[in-house]
Amino acid sequence: MREEDGGGSISGNGLVDLSIVAHEIGAHAAPGPLVPVNVVAGALSRSGSHPDVLAGLLDGSATAGWCLGERAAKTLVPTGLEIAPDGDDLVIRGVKRPVESAAQASHLLVTGRTGDGLSQVLVPSDAAGVTVTPMKTVDLTRRFSAVAFDDVRVPKSAVVGEVGGAAADVELQLLQALVLVAAESTGAMQSAFDMTVQWAFDRYSFGRPLASYQALKHRFADMKSWVEAAHAISDDAAAAVAEGTPAAASLASAAKAFIGDSGGELMQDCVQLHGGLGVTFEHDVHLFLRRHTLNQTLFGTSVQHRQRLTDLAEQQENAA
Amino acid sequence: MTTDATGTTTAAATGSAAAQVEDVEAFRLRARAWIQDNLTRGHAFASLRDRPDEEELAAVARDREIQRALFDAGLAGICFPKEYGGQGLTPAHQSAFNDEVAGYHYPARLQAPTMVPCAAVLLEFGSEEQKRQHLPAILKGEEIWMQMLSEPSSGSDAAGALTTAVREDDEWVLNGSKIWTTGAWWADWALVLARTNWDVPKHRGLSVFILPIHQQGVDVHRIEMLNGNREFCQEFFSDVRIPDSDRIGDIDNGWSVCTRWLFHERMLFHSPFATMPSGGRGGRDSGSALALAREVGRGDDPIARDLVGEAITLELVGDAVTNRVMRGMTTGAMNDQSAAIVRLFGGLAGARKTTIAFELAGGEAGAWADDDGLATDAGVDQLMRQSACIGGGTTEMARNVISERVLGMPREVSLDRDVPFRDVPRGSRR
Repeated sequence: MREEDGGGSISGNGLVDLSIVAHEIGAHAAPGPLVPVNVVAGALSRSGSHPDVLAGLLDGSATAGWCLGERAAKTLVPTGLEIAPDGDDLVIRGVKRPVESAAQASHLLVTGRTGDGLSQVLVPSDAAGVTVTPMKTVDLTRRFSAVAFDDVRVPKSAVVGEVGGAAADVELQLLQALVLVAAESTGAMQSAFDMTVQWAFDRYSFGRPLASYQALKHRFADMKSWVEAAHAISDDAAAAVAEGTPAAASLASAAKAFIGDSGGELMQDCVQLHGGLGVTFEHDVHLFLRRHTLNQTLFGTSVQHRQRLTDLAEQQENAA
Repeated sequence: MTTDATGTTTAAATGSAAAQVEDVEAFRLRARAWIQDNLTRGHAFASLRDRPDEEELAAVARDREIQRALFDAGLAGICFPKEYGGQGLTPAHQSAFNDEVAGYHYPARLQAPTMVPCAAVLLEFGSEEQKRQHLPAILKGEEIWMQMLSEPSSGSDAAGALTTAVREDDEWVLNGSKIWTTGAWWADWALVLARTNWDVPKHRGLSVFILPIHQQGVDVHRIEMLNGNREFCQEFFSDVRIPDSDRIGDIDNGWSVCTRWLFHERMLFHSPFATMPSGGRGGRDSGSALALAREVGRGDDPIARDLVGEAITLELVGDAVTNRVMRGMTTGAMNDQSAAIVRLFGGLAGARKTTIAFELAGGEAGAWADDDGLATDAGVDQLMRQSACIGGGTTEMARNVISERVLGMPREVSLDRDVPFRDVPRGSRR
């Protein structure tokens, strides 16, 4: 966020700083709408619109949701929801889900289709025609809803960016979300791994610690390499997106795909190595399993991001 | 540091005379100009493929010529001291050279093991006379070196060497066998780890020697790999006489040399002593995966595009984790044993990329025509897939190192510690 809006960062590179915060939030499985509030605040700050809403997001008096996903989406930016110009107004029709913290948010940034382009509008969550229906989720510390827009009418002033010209904004928001989710999932991986390493030292079977069995040591070695690799690609993606380098999109998708798959295996292995304790409610390992498992599903799956990497490689070929 | 108008940087060493060091960017431009004028563009060197001997020998000769040309141009041995024929420059200069030489034919066969670890070990442990004899010759492309470490009875357990050197006056008499030396049949010299004392624990009875490979008593046998490649060799030593002046380091203290030897080997891709073109990762690259998918008509197949994306992911993550660990070891945030993380990741990623190519090639991987393009190597490469997880130390050893030396888990039981080596249990003695 720009300093004149009340933002600013320690390093001068806000997204990198924020990714460190996201990592810690993941490492503690902390609750709170980190991704949507920051993505929406960033979008408002860049567009220069809705300064009053932005001020509320920055001082913590309000939260916002980002309505991007749709049911059974085949693309990372689904376009089933329509934002249609009608005189001086815009009319929104469609359903977005899952929308994080929609029921708690004062405003919703809605991404949708206008003709062949994309538009984004900021809608008060209590606007007429907006219905927020809570969903169930694997992560106990997060809240998601389905948000239905039944001919919701908003003035042109609700627009963030350009009507029909928001594709680049949406792409940047997506990359930022991917970076934050990657950092958060890496934090969750680190905590689950550390907890399981400690368990391997503490737990004795047949007179020796679990950590002395080579069959288990080798699994810990694999997991250690995944944790370090997750840190590495998460950091590289954050730096590239923050600086807007040509490799930013590829690194963000590689981070999402790699952390999703390797972290998914790591989480399940951490459960396995805890034995029966690992599948109890009382043991904390499930908090990290939940956070990581949820994040695997947000903003595109590993498979979708691998296919996107191939798309991006072809785009680079064509540009060269 | 200050830079004058000629692009020369003056680095004032603390309390001593100022040394004139060529500015990195000036060096980069000099290297770029020379490379563009003198080297040809070319593909990465694939050492494990099968090729005719004449072709291999011609390639070795060409590598020697390029090395000589680099030497004459003042571009060889960038981080070796000037008194031994090097340039006396910094790792930043080598890194700039690595950037500039990417995509060009460079003396690939002279990097590992000649420059790293052999020349690096010579530089660190060699006597003044040994360094003056060999380092300039290496930098001129006149001496290609092998590392003779592994034995038929010990691969991962290098300190379990059975090859023995017995002292006779001013000479040592070497008997035994070494194995897995890539290209020993066309190489010149070797660094050899040998047992010089059987009455002490295994790490305390080893010494390091250097020897010319092609001499009386050294029989170089070429091993045929399952893909037909015959670059790996096994050497048999029968009463080979080595002058004591060709010993490196102290008698029976060879393991302290060997520890650094192994360190240099692990650092190969980040060593200031070797030229490793930037962006080269070995094995198949993801660009060839995409091209292969198209060649077999699967460019639009979502499953093929998933596999290509996986290859890209493995490359981007592999680069990222390598840089992270190298940076961690440089700053001290990670210990030196953490290099095993890079080795493990790289081995598994390399094997997986080979399988991706195999999967993409489909039926053409099993039976192919000569004009099947990129698919023609996919089947045989798959047969050789595990070489990525074996060569340079197995991934199992890397997992032991990570769990024991990085995570601090209990060491595996070993029955060879603190007992004279001759009493250590061994496999069948025929």
